[in-house]
Amino acid sequence: MRQVNRIAAKSKHINRSRILSFTFNGKEYQGYEGDTVASALLANGVNVVGRSFKYSRPRGIITADSQEPNAIFQVGSTQATTIPNPRATQTELYQGLVATSTNGWPNVDFDLMSTVGKVGGSMMPPGFYYKTFMYPQSLWMSYEHLIRKGAGLGTSPTQADPDSYDKIHHHCDVMIVGAGPAGLAAALAAADTGARVIISDEQNEFGGHLLCSTQQIDGQLPNLWVEKIVEKLSNMDNVLLLPRSTVFGYYDHNLLGINERCTDHLGEHKSKTIRQRMHKVRAKQVILATGAHERPLVYGNNDVPGCMLANAVSTYINRYEVVPGNELVLMTTNDNAYKTAIDWHQAGRQVIAIVDTRATSNGELVKQAKQLDIDIIFGHGVINVKGSKRVKGVDIAPINVNNHCLTGSAKHFSCDTVASSGGWSPVIHLSSHTGSRPVWKDDIAGFVPGETVQAQHICGGLEGVYSLSKVINDGFSTGAKAAQAADKGEGRYEGSQPHIVDPQEDASMALFHIPHSKRTSRAPKQFVDYQNDVTAAGIELANREGFESIEHVKRYTALGFGTDQGKLGNINGMAITAKSLGKTIPETGTTIFRPMYTPTTFGALAGSDVKHLFDPVRFSAMHKWHLDNSAEFEDVGQWKRPWYFPQAGETMQQSLERECLATRNSVGILDASTLGKIDIQGKDAREFLNRVYTNPWSKLAVGKCRYGVMCKEDGMVFDDGVTACLDENRFIMTTTTGGAAGVLQWLELWHQTEWPELEVYFSTVTDHWSTMTISGPNSRKVLEKICDIDVSNDNFKYMDWIEANVAGVKARIFRISFTGELSFEINVQANYGMHTWQAVMAAGKEFNITPYGTETMHILRAEKGFIIVGQDTDGSVTPQDLDMDWVVGKKKEFSFIGKRSWTRYDNKRDDRKQMVGLKPKDPKFVLPEGAQIVFEPNQSIPMTMVGHVTSSYYSACMGYSFALAVVKGGINRKGQSVFLPLSDGTTVEAEICSPVFYDPKGDRQNV
Amino acid sequence: MLLIKCPYCEEQREEEEFSPAGQAHIVRPLNPEELSDEQWARYLFFRKNPRGLHHELWLHAHGCRKYFNMTRNTVTYQIMETYKMGQQPSVTASQEVK
Repeated sequence: MRQVNRIAAKSKHINRSRILSFTFNGKEYQGYEGDTVASALLANGVNVVGRSFKYSRPRGIITADSQEPNAIFQVGSTQATTIPNPRATQTELYQGLVATSTNGWPNVDFDLMSTVGKVGGSMMPPGFYYKTFMYPQSLWMSYEHLIRKGAGLGTSPTQADPDSYDKIHHHCDVMIVGAGPAGLAAALAAADTGARVIISDEQNEFGGHLLCSTQQIDGQLPNLWVEKIVEKLSNMDNVLLLPRSTVFGYYDHNLLGINERCTDHLGEHKSKTIRQRMHKVRAKQVILATGAHERPLVYGNNDVPGCMLANAVSTYINRYEVVPGNELVLMTTNDNAYKTAIDWHQAGRQVIAIVDTRATSNGELVKQAKQLDIDIIFGHGVINVKGSKRVKGVDIAPINVNNHCLTGSAKHFSCDTVASSGGWSPVIHLSSHTGSRPVWKDDIAGFVPGETVQAQHICGGLEGVYSLSKVINDGFSTGAKAAQAADKGEGRYEGSQPHIVDPQEDASMALFHIPHSKRTSRAPKQFVDYQNDVTAAGIELANREGFESIEHVKRYTALGFGTDQGKLGNINGMAITAKSLGKTIPETGTTIFRPMYTPTTFGALAGSDVKHLFDPVRFSAMHKWHLDNSAEFEDVGQWKRPWYFPQAGETMQQSLERECLATRNSVGILDASTLGKIDIQGKDAREFLNRVYTNPWSKLAVGKCRYGVMCKEDGMVFDDGVTACLDENRFIMTTTTGGAAGVLQWLELWHQTEWPELEVYFSTVTDHWSTMTISGPNSRKVLEKICDIDVSNDNFKYMDWIEANVAGVKARIFRISFTGELSFEINVQANYGMHTWQAVMAAGKEFNITPYGTETMHILRAEKGFIIVGQDTDGSVTPQDLDMDWVVGKKKEFSFIGKRSWTRYDNKRDDRKQMVGLKPKDPKFVLPEGAQIVFEPNQSIPMTMVGHVTSSYYSACMGYSFALAVVKGGINRKGQSVFLPLSDGTTVEAEICSPVFYDPKGDRQNV
Repeated sequence: MLLIKCPYCEEQREEEEFSPAGQAHIVRPLNPEELSDEQWARYLFFRKNPRGLHHELWLHAHGCRKYFNMTRNTVTYQIMETYKMGQQPSVTASQEVK
C-alpha cells in the first residue's frame, strides 16, 4: 500500500533507505526506520485504529506521545512475545511488527458493540455499570467478564516470556528527567562542574520538543543544537545518557525508577541480549525537566478520527514527514498553535481556516499566517464535527466564553482534519509521586509542581516557562544550581548561551470547553477522557448527582482511569467540574498522579529475579542422597526437605505407612539439619533463657536437654524446641525450621532493647551442623555399631546429650525424641553430614533402616500429641490452651515474657479453644485439616462453629485415623461427640479424646 | 524507598536492608504482676499513630543486626535523625514548630 500522506524528506529522523514492513489488524503496511507505529499508520492513511471503551465509536490517532488514549494496541506475533496496551505513538517500528487493535469485534471498521453504543448511548450515563450490574451481587463477576470483553483491553500473554531483563543501581549527584531543551541545558551545566550526571528521556532521540520544532537556534535548525549538546555530553566521563528510558516513578529520598527499553525497537525476542533494564537511581539532586503536554479543546464529536492535537500534527509533519490529512481546520486559544497551520501550509496541503477563540491577536505567528493568506476566524469555536470514520467537516460558530454560549449561528466548513490547542499542561506527574500537591497558576492556565521535601529542582515547560530562549536559560541555571546543591561548582553556568529569537506572542485564553447551541447534555458528545468515554455531559451529570469532590467525580465517571491515567483529559475534566460547580480550578483541585508514569512491563520490574533466582533455595548436606533415593520434596521456608521416599509402585499413603511402621517397629532416619540452631553464650545466658522461655532453666545441668516453649508478650505460643546446656554459660537452642530467623531476631530484640545489661551473645549455627535423627526400638543397636562410647540407657539417659565420635567424626548426640520412640539426634559438622549419613545407613542395613520425610515425622509426632507450632497453633493459643501447663515455670522469679498476659480476663475464659484429640467414628476416614467443628449438627445455618481440625492423618501403627483439633472448652469435653459439616454436604462425627494417642505413658522413649 | 543512616554502621543504606519494628521507647513494666489488666493492655497493645513526627524502632536486619531508633515524619517520610538504643531523640514533635 502506498504511503499517501508521506511528504518529501526534510528531517534526519526518518531513514528512507530502510523500508520496514508491518501488519496492523492483519493488513500489511510499510513505513521507515525512525517511524512509530502511529506515524507509519498515518502515513498510510489509516483512520480508524480502535473502538471506544463504552460506546464503541471509531477512534483515530490523536497525539504523538505518551498521552495517546486511542491508539492502544496489542503488539507481538506470538503468545510469548505479545504485549498488551502499548501506545502506538511510543512504539518504534521494526521489520515484521505485528499489531492489532485491542478492541472492536468483529473488527474495528465494523463493530457490533457500536450499535449498542448508538442506541444505548443516552442510556449509559456515568455510573452505568455500577447502577446496572450491581444486583444480584453474586453475578458481578460474570458481568465484569463480559464487560471487559466488550470494552476491549489488551490480553495478557499466555506463554512464558522468553526475554531476559536486568536491574542496575546508580548513585549520582544530579539526575535529570527529560532531555528536551531544558533538560539538555541543565545536564550540560551540571556536568561542567564535574558532577556525576544521569539524563534520561523516554524517546529514542534526545531533544524533546525540539525534535518537531522549526524554531532556529544560533541561526540553524534546532536539531543541530541538540546534536552538539548530546555529543558534548557523550564525551564526558561523568555523564550517563539514557535514551528510550522512561522514569516511571519518583520515590522518597530521591529514588527514581527508570525502565530502559534496550531492544524493543529492534524486534521481538532478541535473545542474545537484555530486552529491558530497570535503573534504580538514588540521586543527591533531581532536576525534573519533563516539559508540558498540549491540551485538546472539548467540542462536539471531538473524537471522530481526524481530530488531533495541534502539536501532534506538527510533530508528524516536521519529525515523521507525514501530513495526516489534506484539509485542516485549526482551533486554538493561543498564538503558539498557529505553527501547526503554518507547518501544514508549508507541507503543501490546504488550511481551510484557523478558528481562534480569542477576539483578536497580533502576535508574530498570527502575522505570518496572515501573510500566507490563511483564513483566520477570531471569536469563534468549532462546535461540532461531522463524519464518522473520518472528519468530513466542522460547524463553526461565534462564541461567548464568559456565558458559555453562542452569539450567532453556525457555519459549515468541509475539512478532513481538526487540530485543536487549549494551551499546555506541565507534566507534573513525577513531582506528584512523592506526595507534593500541584499548584494552579492562572498566568499559564495550568498546574505546576508544588512544595516538596525532596531535593528536587524544576525547569522549563514544567515550570510553565514556554519560550525557547527562557527554557534553555532556565535549564543552564537550574543545572548549575542543582550541581552546587550536590557540592559541585559555584552555582553559575559560565558557558555560552545560544542565540534565539522568540516570536512575540499575544496572551492566550484560558478555555477548555467549547459551548454548543444546545446545552451540554443535549449537545453532540464532547469527549474529555477518550480512553474511558467520559464526556463533558457525564461530568456535569456527576456533579448534579452530588459528586463534587474531584476525587469522587473521578471515580464515578472513571475520568483518568485508563492506562493513560488521564494525561490528555484530566485538566479539562477538572475545569468542567469547576465551571459546573461555580468554583475556580484551584478550589476544585486536582487528583493525584501515581506511579507508573506509563505502563511498565512486569519483566522489567522482576529483572533477573525469576525462576530459580526468585528466592534462594537451601539444601542440607545430604540432599544428593535424598535425590538419589527418589525423595519427594516439600518446601519449608527456603529449605527443600524430603517429604517422603516413595519406592517403585507405591502411592504416597503406602510410602507413609511403610515409613511409619518401620520406624515404630525397627528404626527410621530423618534428615533434621534444617531445624534452627542458635548458639547462646555469656554469663547471663541462663537468666536470659529464663526470661524468654516459659519453663525454668536455672537448674539445667551441663549435659542435659530440655524442651521449651516461647511465647510472645501477649501470652501466645510463638516457637518451641529443645535447648541443651553445653557448658555453664553456653547453650544450644533449637527452633522450628521456619521460625529460626524470627527467633534469633526476637532474642536480639529483647537483649538489645530491654535487657542490654545481660551479658549474652547469640549466633546462628543452623548451617554449621548436619543433623540426622535415628528413631525406633533398634536405633541404639545401629548407633552402637558406629559410636565410640557406651550409649546404653544407664550411661546415656533420655534428655541427655553427649559428645562422641560417630563413624570417625566428632559428633554431638542428643537423646531427645519427637516420635516417642527411642531416638538419637546425631549432629556433625555440616561437611561430614553425607559421610555420617551413609555410615549410619550402612550400619542400619541389617535392621532395614528406613529413611522418612517430613510427612511421616508429622504422623509420628501427632500420634504422640506433640504440637507443631504454626500448624496446631496460630498465634492465638496459649500453653494452657494446649494443656501444656507443665511447661510453665511456677516459681520463676522474673516475670518472663508472656506470663502476665495469661491472667488477662480473655485468656482465663474456660471456653477458649483448647487442644484435644479427635477420633472419627469411621476409623478409616481422615478428617480434612481445617474442617470446622460444631457441637450440634442439626442447627440452622450459619452454625455456631466451636473449633477446627489442625492435624489429621491415618495411623498405620494404630490402625485408625485420628486428628488434633482445637475445640472450645475441649479439655473438659473428652468423651463427647462433635460434628464436622464438610464442604461436600456430609457431616461426620468424631469423639473428643486425649491428644496423646500412642504410648501415653511415654515408656518407649525411655528404654 | 527510604535511605536510612544506621547509627551503628554510620552509613546511608537502602531501606531494603532494614525492617521496621514498631514504636520506639516502649519500656517494659518492671512489675507486670502488679499492673491491672488495663495498665498491662496499654503497654501491650496501645500504640501511637501520629500524623507528623514519630519515633520508631528499626532493625538493620541485613546489616549489623542492631536495633536502633528513628525519628520520621509520617507525612513526608523525612527522617529527622537516627540514634542508638538507650539514647533519647534530639528532635521531638513539640519542637517542630513551623
